[in-house]
Amino acid sequence: MNLQNITLISFGYFDSEFLRKIADEVQGEFFIDVQVREGFIDISEFYDPARSQYNANQLLQYVERQYSSGSSKTIGLFQVDFFIPIFTYIFGQAFLGGRSGIASLFRLSNERYGIEPDDNLLLERFSKEIIHELGHTFGLIHCIHPDCVMRSSTYAEDIDQKSSGLCPACKSVTEL
Amino acid sequence: MSKINSILIVDDEESVRDSLFNWFMEDGYYVECAEDASIALSRLESEHFDIILADIKMPGMDGLEMLRRIKSLKSDAVVIIMTAFATVDTAVQALKDGAYDYVTKPFDPDDLSHMIRNASRQIALAKENEVLKERVVTLENVEDIIGSSEAIKKVLKEVESVAQSNSSVIITGESGTGKELIAKAIHANSSRKYFPMVSVHCGALTESLLESELFGHEKGAFTGAMYNRKGRFEMADNGTIFLDEIASISTKMQVELLRVLETKSFIRVGGNKEIKSDFRIICASNHNLKQMVEQGAFREDLFYRLNVVNIYIPPLRERKEDIPLLTTYFMKKYCTSMNKPVATIDAGALHYLENLDFPGNIRELENMIERAIVIGNGKKITVKDFPTEKNIVAPSMESLGEQEKNHISFILDKYGWNISRSAKALQVDRVTLYNKIKKFNLRSRNK
Repeated sequence: MNLQNITLISFGYFDSEFLRKIADEVQGEFFIDVQVREGFIDISEFYDPARSQYNANQLLQYVERQYSSGSSKTIGLFQVDFFIPIFTYIFGQAFLGGRSGIASLFRLSNERYGIEPDDNLLLERFSKEIIHELGHTFGLIHCIHPDCVMRSSTYAEDIDQKSSGLCPACKSVTEL
Repeated sequence: MSKINSILIVDDEESVRDSLFNWFMEDGYYVECAEDASIALSRLESEHFDIILADIKMPGMDGLEMLRRIKSLKSDAVVIIMTAFATVDTAVQALKDGAYDYVTKPFDPDDLSHMIRNASRQIALAKENEVLKERVVTLENVEDIIGSSEAIKKVLKEVESVAQSNSSVIITGESGTGKELIAKAIHANSSRKYFPMVSVHCGALTESLLESELFGHEKGAFTGAMYNRKGRFEMADNGTIFLDEIASISTKMQVELLRVLETKSFIRVGGNKEIKSDFRIICASNHNLKQMVEQGAFREDLFYRLNVVNIYIPPLRERKEDIPLLTTYFMKKYCTSMNKPVATIDAGALHYLENLDFPGNIRELENMIERAIVIGNGKKITVKDFPTEKNIVAPSMESLGEQEKNHISFILDKYGWNISRSAKALQVDRVTLYNKIKKFNLRSRNK
């Protein structure tokens, strides 16, 4: 694939400065031009009242259908609580070796856990989650290297333990 | 530790299958899906999966029935049951039917990771166990019983026949013929091979020491008994006990041994608690036990209790065709242990060996080869590397009995008829030496 850029599609209100910083972090990791666009969606269509959460599988399909293009990697950014049928929650997901992914900051903020807000930490966590999902679109599976951004994270504090970068092994796979 | 590689997901809900499929793919597993139990079972006929993740509620055959069928075909299959409708009854039933774990949907992502990691560890341990078991079988599988003669083949055939049973065995043969090796081979080919084989050299111990060795003792049972100690019968539980030189045990020990064999229970020396042990007994003797029974030196009831199967190992002189093979084996063994290149033997030296009588049998041959490698130039063994006092027995020479009598007499005189020192020099126990003195009617010149 002749990759031209990475597109971050924001759904719902995101502070523009926040998004710019996110884009810078992502560009710093992948060395590819990162664009930020606003997306439109009737999010209520994806709400499951039984779970009180939003269906991540359907949202991913939506982003793939509506926003992805052949020469770009697209990540949909959300602020709602994702679920997939088997798990209580997820932070995000992507098509392995595909074009699109989604990420949510809903469970990344300290306030969610009764801890004092930390905007820098939120930015760091969200950037890592987006880079992680982008890694999956480049064909990367979960990595066991403790520092690698591709290491699987179940809890928000797990994300804090890893860096925002790819380990040498993962980097060599992506050929970036 | 090897990682699991393949997972089969069985669930009628497409969204569940897709979610799990993507999750496990992202973790690097090979994943397949089946939408119902029948499809899953037919996949499993032709393909192995390390883990099967199955829903309970499915149209047609449910997950529990599928679990039972999988377990009947492959008892070590790792099946994790998942359900959105958890009840205590189904959870208990699933685990009783052999499920590895039971989880309720939706589950915490970390829970799934932990479960897969634990399952992975269990599978790896099971595989490691299989590998180690095979290694144990390989290591103990008659590797030291060398020979191609009809005589030794007959012995090995007898070993094969008797190994699978629990019958008592008496192995007879001259000293140095490999009786303990045969006992080990019987144990290694039996269903008791994963449990200990415990050996006791009855001839080397006094009666009281033998009693303590066999039955164990309680703390304070006698002077020096500072701790409780398990006896050999106890250590041989589920395994095999090998009693070498059974002919040397006293009459009192014979009575006690008979009782243990009949009841499979005993009491430690100084104790009062009955201990049970399930062991198989193999004995060895270089004496003619039947003759000893006739002479009243060995209990007839004990003899028949032990002698369910008798395996006789012929002396080396009756299987001379095995000498070249044995020689080659010992040359390789000692050259390897001494870090020398493996030596060869010239035809003259081999011919010399084949004409020896070997009263010490294989042990003697081994000793000669080891000595030859130590003192020789290491490349080729010649006749010069063998002890010069080794004589080929000719009819005009003394008989074995005469040689034994003269040698014992010589040693006794040498050590002034000190029984302990003489026994040590002859490498026998005091009881055996007293029996020899009685047998040959030896007298001290000072008496």
